[in-house]
Amino acid sequence: MTATGEWVPIRPVGPAPPHGKPPSGRTPAWWGMVLFITTEATIFACLLGSYFYIRFSTAGPWPPGGIKDPELSKPLIMTVLLLSSSGPMVWADLAVRRGRTAQLRAGLASTLALGAAFLGLQATEYATKLGEFVWSTNVYGSLFYVITGFHGLHVIVGLVMLVFATIAALAGKLGSRHHERVRLVAFYWHFVDAVWITILFTIYLSPHL
Amino acid sequence: MSIDNATHAYGVAEETAGGRVGRHWPEEHGLRAWVTTVDHKRIGRRYLVTAAVFFALAGLDATALRTQLITPNGELLTPEAYNQLFTLHGTAMIFLFATPMSFGFGNFLLPLMLGTRDMAFPRLNAFTYWVFTFAGVILFASLLFGRAPNGGWFAYVPLTGPKYQPGINMDVYSLGLLFLGVSTTSGSINFIATALKLRAPGMTLNRVPIFVWALVVTAFLLIFALPPLNTANAMLFLDRRFGTRFFQPEAGGDVVLWQHLFWLFGHPDVYIIVLPALGIVSAIIPVFSRRPIMAYPLLVLAMVAVGIISFGVWVHHMFAVGLPQLSLTFFSAASMIVTVPSGIQMFAWLGTMLTGRVVLGVPMLWAMGFLVVFVTGGVTGVMFGIVPFDQQVTDSYFVVAHFHYVLFGGAVFPLIGGVFYWWPKMTGRLTGVRGGRWSFWLVFAGFNLTFFPMHISGLLGMPRRVYTYPGGLDWDLWNLLSSLGAYLLLAGLLVTLGTFAHSLWKGGQAPPDPWGGETLEWATASPPHPYNFPVIPTVHSVHPLWDQGSLDSFAEGARSRDRVLAEGHELLVTSELDAEPEVALEMPEHTPVPFVTAVSLFLAVLGLLLGVYVLAVAAGVVAVLVIGRWLWPRWSRREAGHAPGEKARETAEQDAAAEREAEKKTEKAGEKGAGA
Ligand code: HEM
Ligand SMILES: [Cu+2]
Repeated sequence: MTATGEWVPIRPVGPAPPHGKPPSGRTPAWWGMVLFITTEATIFACLLGSYFYIRFSTAGPWPPGGIKDPELSKPLIMTVLLLSSSGPMVWADLAVRRGRTAQLRAGLASTLALGAAFLGLQATEYATKLGEFVWSTNVYGSLFYVITGFHGLHVIVGLVMLVFATIAALAGKLGSRHHERVRLVAFYWHFVDAVWITILFTIYLSPHL
Repeated sequence: MSIDNATHAYGVAEETAGGRVGRHWPEEHGLRAWVTTVDHKRIGRRYLVTAAVFFALAGLDATALRTQLITPNGELLTPEAYNQLFTLHGTAMIFLFATPMSFGFGNFLLPLMLGTRDMAFPRLNAFTYWVFTFAGVILFASLLFGRAPNGGWFAYVPLTGPKYQPGINMDVYSLGLLFLGVSTTSGSINFIATALKLRAPGMTLNRVPIFVWALVVTAFLLIFALPPLNTANAMLFLDRRFGTRFFQPEAGGDVVLWQHLFWLFGHPDVYIIVLPALGIVSAIIPVFSRRPIMAYPLLVLAMVAVGIISFGVWVHHMFAVGLPQLSLTFFSAASMIVTVPSGIQMFAWLGTMLTGRVVLGVPMLWAMGFLVVFVTGGVTGVMFGIVPFDQQVTDSYFVVAHFHYVLFGGAVFPLIGGVFYWWPKMTGRLTGVRGGRWSFWLVFAGFNLTFFPMHISGLLGMPRRVYTYPGGLDWDLWNLLSSLGAYLLLAGLLVTLGTFAHSLWKGGQAPPDPWGGETLEWATASPPHPYNFPVIPTVHSVHPLWDQGSLDSFAEGARSRDRVLAEGHELLVTSELDAEPEVALEMPEHTPVPFVTAVSLFLAVLGLLLGVYVLAVAAGVVAVLVIGRWLWPRWSRREAGHAPGEKARETAEQDAAAEREAEKKTEKAGEKGAGA
């Protein structure tokens, strides 16, 4: 969690700039979210690094222990769902800064729906996989479930943030002067999407190479 | 108008604006205030005290170890107790003392040195403190139940895996450190955001105090170094508790993976511990040499360079593991490069002292003690960088000697020096010089007597982490000396403690600027008011209190609405690179929310640790709800009161009157200054 404090600019200070708009740089909360995402991205890098480390120090076939290469069709659909969810998020972010609350709510709701659909598909994927191997089967099982599960957890956190933003929007707490929380949630959501691409490549595509 | 020193600058600012600003920054008292405060100074002091308590506990641990080893075949401790004590000693010193102590300084000093009124995220700051304390409680409390971590501070698998270490001990380690990581990460983010956005106007990047640079580099190191540690600990916990196979070769896992992840954190951690301390030394040396620091840009670059290089040398901790020869050569060479930036720093300090007029105050003694001890540790460090030498002495007492020279010399000496230096600012009291001198010389002698003989016993083949040893191996004398040294060191630390206690009890009242300091914290009251600066200064150089323009800005600013910010609980936000003023922000005030969040996370961790998963889930849900409450958008006070009520109008009138008054006063103060 990052601290989005009460980052409501009270008033600009200093001489008014020539073009009339008050100067407004990045807020501390903006930096807070960026740094939080940076450290989170490093955790994913460590997990994927561990995957490749173990893969390349393992003799014999990969995945080991007679586990089949991962199926691609479902993960590809999941990818489409998750990536397309970034669109309405951008739209919602634009909306709130112009004070269009209806558009904001619609954007947040569509992002929520797409994210939830992703999780639903992941659940059905787990249901089939669990029949084949579990995370204590061997190290491949551990890597598979922990990496995809950790990402799934991030999707859940992102969804909680979206629900939070939606409630705030419905309560009329967000508007053209109070739009930063939407932007920060959007950052996090785009990050969760981007990480998925690296996971898709590592877990699903790379064994086929 | 002309203001001649920091005390005068503070006096003028306080007289003209203190009353107006103070209305919005009330002093808080009582138990409730103690739990709910978000004041960076109170949190900083609390961090320092808590970290010092953990230092004392871990130090007593070590005293028990040395007592066990004072003669061959000692019988004070069982092997199992010895394992727990040395593991807890190392883990606590590294994680619960060194970094939190630096964070305490950072919390207290960052806003003061930057010329602002609080940290960027005050509530996160309180949260950070509570989580740190609870994590410390978990780790130390485990000792009471005989369940403290017992696999060494770097917890190598397979020894710490489920097969060889079935108890709960290593779960305390992995969960405790994961929990602590939440605190350390949040703290780092807070430091960086504060240093980027809250600097006083004019404090461009090349005017940022070195201590702040050091802390910011440290925070960046943590942002990138904690993830590998957290990843490794999470894998270890899952392996131990839920049956994953990351570190189990029989199921395809890999034990060396742990070592890579751990040292990918562990080597940068050396700099995470040492850099803030170097920042403290860089703050003390110029003030006690009565001249600005030499080669400021090089010094800053050296710190950044050390930080970056530290991510590329972790394998030197694994020279004896059996990795390919080529990689050993590479990492050996890379390790040698660190000597270049370290040398630059050393020469900058020596040059400052040689070309200045050194005043041997107590803080300076500690800084110079640091130089001597740290260089010794650096020399043995370079020896370790050479692969064949490392393979000879690895896991011997030579290693123990080396890293205590680096960590005790590199961190404890500067940290204690820093406490002496900033004590008047933190408490409003002066410390006795005689007590300070005694404490330094006793600790210095005790330290060397404890750790120098370990070089020799190490070269004579004594392995580390043995709970006892047979007589007649030529180790007896060196161990006896070490143990006696530990008692002397303990005595020295007690004298240090006594000096501080005496100061609290009977020390003289401290003026705002007892040392003739160069950075902004000395232009505040001792101890500072909740708002720190009645007038936000404008900074014209890297040593603002030694230049006329910055001093004058304390009086000039008193007439400007944007430098006094007396309309609410506000501070000034400036741009990242040039520190151009951007907006005034209203800051959050005291609240129980951070404490409640930390408590619920604490319960969640306890639930996980003890296997009460219902508790873990329930407490986790509570934490999420409380965080939701924390982040719930609120209208700022001014927006809420669209039509200014009776109260608001009154305040506005008072403000206007005060402003007129202020103008008169600054004019008078200016005349006074000019006449003097
Ligand atoms: C207060 C005075 C101190 C004394 C008397 C002391 C003594 C010792 C001794 C005797 C050991 C070796 C135990 C063994 O290998 O059997 C040890 C280990 C260690 N010490 Fe200290 N120490 C002190 C302060 C510190 C400080 C300030 C730090 C770090 C900031 C530190 C960090 C460590 C670490 C990391 C270990 C290794 C633990 C392990 O092997 O897992 N010590 N200490
Ligand atoms: Cu190292």
